[in-house]
Amino acid sequence: MSLDTATVRRVAALARIRLEEEEVARIQGELNGILGWIEQLQAVDTEGVEPMAGGTPEGIAAMPMRDDVVTDGGIAEKVLANAPDREGAYFGVPKVVE
Amino acid sequence: MRPTDFTLAGAIAALGEGALSAEELTRAHVDAMEALNPRLNAFITTTPEQALEAARASDARRARGDGGPLEGIPLAIKDLFCTEGVRTTAGSKILAGFVPPYESTVTSRLKRDGAVFLGKANLDEFAMGSSNLTSAHGGVLNPWSRRNDPEARLVPGGSSGGSAAAVAARLALGATGTDTGGSIRQPAAFCGIAGIKPTYGRCSRFGIVAFASSLDQAGPFARTVEDCAILLRSMAGHDPRDSTSAERPVPDFAAACGRSVKGLRVGVPKEYRLDGTPPEIERLWRRGLEWLREAGAEIVDISLPHTKYALPTYYIVAPAEASSNLARYDGVRFGLRVAERDSDLRDLYERTREAGFGAEVRRRIMIGTYVLSAGYYDAYYLKAQKVRALIARDFRQAWEKVDAIVTPATPSAAFAEGENTDDPIKMYLNDVFTVTANLAGLPGLAVPAGLDPQGLPLGLQVIGRPFDEETVFAVGAAIERAAGFAALPAIRAGVPG
Repeated sequence: MSLDTATVRRVAALARIRLEEEEVARIQGELNGILGWIEQLQAVDTEGVEPMAGGTPEGIAAMPMRDDVVTDGGIAEKVLANAPDREGAYFGVPKVVE
Repeated sequence: MRPTDFTLAGAIAALGEGALSAEELTRAHVDAMEALNPRLNAFITTTPEQALEAARASDARRARGDGGPLEGIPLAIKDLFCTEGVRTTAGSKILAGFVPPYESTVTSRLKRDGAVFLGKANLDEFAMGSSNLTSAHGGVLNPWSRRNDPEARLVPGGSSGGSAAAVAARLALGATGTDTGGSIRQPAAFCGIAGIKPTYGRCSRFGIVAFASSLDQAGPFARTVEDCAILLRSMAGHDPRDSTSAERPVPDFAAACGRSVKGLRVGVPKEYRLDGTPPEIERLWRRGLEWLREAGAEIVDISLPHTKYALPTYYIVAPAEASSNLARYDGVRFGLRVAERDSDLRDLYERTREAGFGAEVRRRIMIGTYVLSAGYYDAYYLKAQKVRALIARDFRQAWEKVDAIVTPATPSAAFAEGENTDDPIKMYLNDVFTVTANLAGLPGLAVPAGLDPQGLPLGLQVIGRPFDEETVFAVGAAIERAAGFAALPAIRAGVPG
């Protein structure tokens, strides 16, 4: 499968990464190189194989559940301390709704 | 003896005997860091005043009769671990100005045990790389150099390149790293030191900047296998703040370093014999197996048939998880914001992420976005998860026949800046021997075992069963004893440059 330039632009838009027009061809080449290389997985017979979704070595541990309770809070100042822009106790962003 | 020449275990003993104070030990490392970091660039942020203050507090605790297992030991911390009040960059511009209001679990445990932090070690951006050259804060110089080309600037490996270089050059007694596809073991091998990626779930990931959550694990670097074992004991253990951290007791890993390997079955996977591997690496591998045989281990040929699919599998799974994890960098809540006067929110996101992420990170986010996108998810991502299951199954079958597996750590010695950079896939191949342990969630240790004809260090890797780091340490320590690796890098503390 090889990406055309429209797909490269669409993927960049989905990833919310601005792409300069003059970069499209180079990135297209790099992505197609990597995708062509990973294409070899199609040769593996995976019929009936359960996908491994996490990193825990299978059968070793099940994911624990914890109580559905509040464990922290009241730290708005800490949460906002690194914000590039804030208005009072809120993060500041450009106007979203006219 | 120069304080920077101690092993970590030796320094613990010397501090305990009162042969030197934590302040003297830290001062020697701070001096080394200030003398050599301008050349090595191993640290992005140095915190000498905080380190000396922590060392004095450590001396005070010791005088009161208190003291933890790492009391007064100066360490480098990979700049992927959040450290309260000390800026954390992940080697990226997008975290510009970010000062964590909390401490990662691993670093808080090291502090609890008395360790002193010297600063934040350089790394590939978001831990994505094998050379440290993707860091927004510049590359790190490997303290080793080629015999016939001493001017060539060699890379320390990556992503934990600053951690490995700092320990090799004796700016720190040990360091933290993280390993998603080889990011502890490859730089350890390139810098002639030891480093272990423990079993997935052994160390908490809380407070570590996430790259690929099902693969990321923290682990230590040090100049001996025993020193790694001492550090891992402090770093490991269950943490309710990471749901994937394992509820298992943490054994005395250092004690396991003294265990005999007599009677252990050591596997040699035939699929790790690759065309184009330099003959010195083949020779070192054979020699390592011979050492273990002489120590009483039984060498067993095994097969891990899906090995050749490990790297392509990794380059679907890791970018997919990264594209999701790195979605949080939006220019709103922390870090960099880039916007024009008339930018709307979407334009703010896109400009911030274009300016904040380097080329390799953008490439991986786009690959990950593509393989997760509608219509391609099954063909790429689901397929990769199934092949990953087969890779894990290969190992499970191997554990029926063997207790540990020994392989080379890397397909080459350290390369020079500018080599392997023309094609991203060439760089990815550095992790060919290490990435399988991440996919299967297994512990893997790199131990320095010899030199190549250029005088550069080469390492062997020991892979073990899930949560059996003890056998891994026993085998690694046996290799270390037999190898008697005593070579030193050209650039190191106390050597006039």
